[in-house]
Amino acid sequence: MSSAVNGNRALQELEQQVQTLLHRDRRNLTMVRLREKGIFVGLIGCGLFSLLITVAIVFVLASETVTFFQFPEVTLSNFFLSTDWTPLLGDTKSFGIWALISGTFLVTAIAMLFALPLGLVTAVYLSEYAPRRVRNTLKPVLEILAGIPTVVYGFFALMTITPFLQWCYSGFNVYNTMSAGIAVGILCFPTVCSLAEDALQAVPTRLRDGAFGLGGTRFDATVRVIIPAALSGIISAFLLAIARAIGETMIVALAAGSRAQVTLNPGEEAQTMTGYMVQIAGGDVSNFGIEYYSMYAVAFTLFAITLSLTIVGNHIRRKYRETYD
Amino acid sequence: MSDTEPSKIDHEKSDPPEKRATRVDKGATAAGQSSVPFERPQLLTTDARIKKDIRFRRMCIITACTSILILAFLLGSILTAGIPTLSWTLLTGSPEPEPENAGLWPALMGTLWVCAMCSLLTLPLGIGTAILIEEFTPRNKVAKKIFNLIQLNITNLAGVPSVVYGILGLTAFVSMFSLFDKSENSLGPTFEVGAVYYDQFSNLASDPFVDTGGADVPERFFLLPVESRNAASVVPRTGMLAYENGESGLTQVDIIAIDPLSEQPSTDPDQLSRTIDNQSTPGRISENQWYYLRLPFGRGVIAGALTLMLVILPVIIISTQEALRAVPATLREAALGLGSTPWQVVWNVTLPSAVPGIMTGSILAISRAVGETAPILIIAGIVYIRSAPQHLMDDYTVMPLQIYNWTSRPQEEFHNIAAGGIVVLLAILLSFNAVAVLIRHRMQNKLQ
Repeated sequence: MSSAVNGNRALQELEQQVQTLLHRDRRNLTMVRLREKGIFVGLIGCGLFSLLITVAIVFVLASETVTFFQFPEVTLSNFFLSTDWTPLLGDTKSFGIWALISGTFLVTAIAMLFALPLGLVTAVYLSEYAPRRVRNTLKPVLEILAGIPTVVYGFFALMTITPFLQWCYSGFNVYNTMSAGIAVGILCFPTVCSLAEDALQAVPTRLRDGAFGLGGTRFDATVRVIIPAALSGIISAFLLAIARAIGETMIVALAAGSRAQVTLNPGEEAQTMTGYMVQIAGGDVSNFGIEYYSMYAVAFTLFAITLSLTIVGNHIRRKYRETYD
Repeated sequence: MSDTEPSKIDHEKSDPPEKRATRVDKGATAAGQSSVPFERPQLLTTDARIKKDIRFRRMCIITACTSILILAFLLGSILTAGIPTLSWTLLTGSPEPEPENAGLWPALMGTLWVCAMCSLLTLPLGIGTAILIEEFTPRNKVAKKIFNLIQLNITNLAGVPSVVYGILGLTAFVSMFSLFDKSENSLGPTFEVGAVYYDQFSNLASDPFVDTGGADVPERFFLLPVESRNAASVVPRTGMLAYENGESGLTQVDIIAIDPLSEQPSTDPDQLSRTIDNQSTPGRISENQWYYLRLPFGRGVIAGALTLMLVILPVIIISTQEALRAVPATLREAALGLGSTPWQVVWNVTLPSAVPGIMTGSILAISRAVGETAPILIIAGIVYIRSAPQHLMDDYTVMPLQIYNWTSRPQEEFHNIAAGGIVVLLAILLSFNAVAVLIRHRMQNKLQ
């Protein structure tokens, strides 16, 4: 009799335990759901922050540029049509952005003259020719080149390249676009090289094998098959490198000089857009004067140019990618 | 030469090992490097093409060697200029105007503060964004569109020049869109916490018109607390308790205030040293606590850290995404199959296996922040900083900026210490890179 009572009680206790467990589980489940929701919302916040950055860039640049154009000394036609950039010259201020754009493009052109061919050829070598051992040593070297701060390249341009150029030909100014361009080229070389190499590596091995099977040499395979197949990736690598060269700041601030002028002579000094911003930020101009706001107008121009290059580059890579699946 | 070269090329090419194995299996030759797989017909055109191939290969090698030579030349020219100037003074001194006494200490500490703050801010945000995009891919169309937009946006942000981020930081963090400038005075920040203001008086010893009675009275400075930065200056009265900034911090002193034009100061040296002119105009100084906070941030450490955060955020997001993508899908599926929620999968399965990859990418991103000059130059300008930052709103300078400052001066001696600074900076960055490579190497071994 007592054993039956005991058994009953044990059963009840067990049931109670099961109930509490179930209850706790349910509570846990709600907690888990809440936590999942909370974390997801937090992550969404992180994601939206990156969108906010873009919105903030556009908003800040646009609003301050509008303030710049509201100054009586500035006119739209002067900004977009003139080639005189003399914002610090007391009475004869002129804000012709083309002077800065031409300086930027001269430096970029010189840089690309070095970086694009050398980068492409090195990428072809790394991807198609190099034995694995060479590849494994060269890639870290390129990574080190890519990790060197730009101010070091600026120092290199001013202290090593410029004296060397002056030794070769005495017509070079102390500040000249040639040495800045060469340094920017060295800076962009790893970018071109690793992006182009990625594009070449993405070409399926069957295409190479097909070219070899038809009796082609490695050179034939590279030039006739692999480079055309990887062309979209290579062009996008080039565009991204150009965007990087246009936005490069410290090298041109140190080596290209601070006189804004339209020139094609690489031995003369020429100010770039980024160089002007550094000159204004590093100097002591009044915080809310016209020079201060001109910095925003230049930044807006720079942002528009680099952003369109980046967008076109990424678009080409995505849209015109040859797929072989 | 042209007979053996092509076969050599064939063997040297970087095929996957299994492919090379099948080629050997097919049995044309199993002897390896030296043998020729088949008798190539000696056609003239083929020869010309092969010669072209060899020429191109040589050109490639020369180009690749050039890139190494450039690196060697770059490092060599900087090392030869920089290593002789390395000294203890360079590491621990402040940037004095004389090159032989100038040092990097404030810049070194500035870099440490800014980059530590920057990584604290960026890592959670960047890793969170990457997890969102990679692990929480939505099913409905609108959400998918938004995700694609975020992804596209990150790719484009990575291409924005860092100097533009500097401009954004100047408006968004340094002056905070001028939102806080609405008060009448624009002398100081609108809102601040953790600052105590004092008026500083000097005693009569420095006054040449006071007769000290021949006693040698040391010059002392007394601080009288005031309400705020813009409060009216205090009029000192005898019996007020003032603070004196001594060796053991602030000590309280009982001051005597007189008008020296009408009263004769006491001739007792102790009393005289505590006597101040009640007509003199004091200097307003502030004592900032470690938690000192002001809005807008001004040119403080926090503004630099936030600006660098904008620069390296896309880099960290992209590298974290790659690390997450490298985690095999089977792991996730197994965890989901056991009943895990999406976050449990991320927290217990995906993140632990992606940690080495995330760390490698983050270290490289932080080393980029260490070397970044342009945005800091835009927001902080070139200022003369003598001491390491003490709190988040303190003025600072960073190493690349100090190097830029020295390089842009005309004197040769400054160029040499700039090279010394570059050697220190490169040593720091190379050790960062080495750690990243080490982690990657260990990770590869573990996966194998």
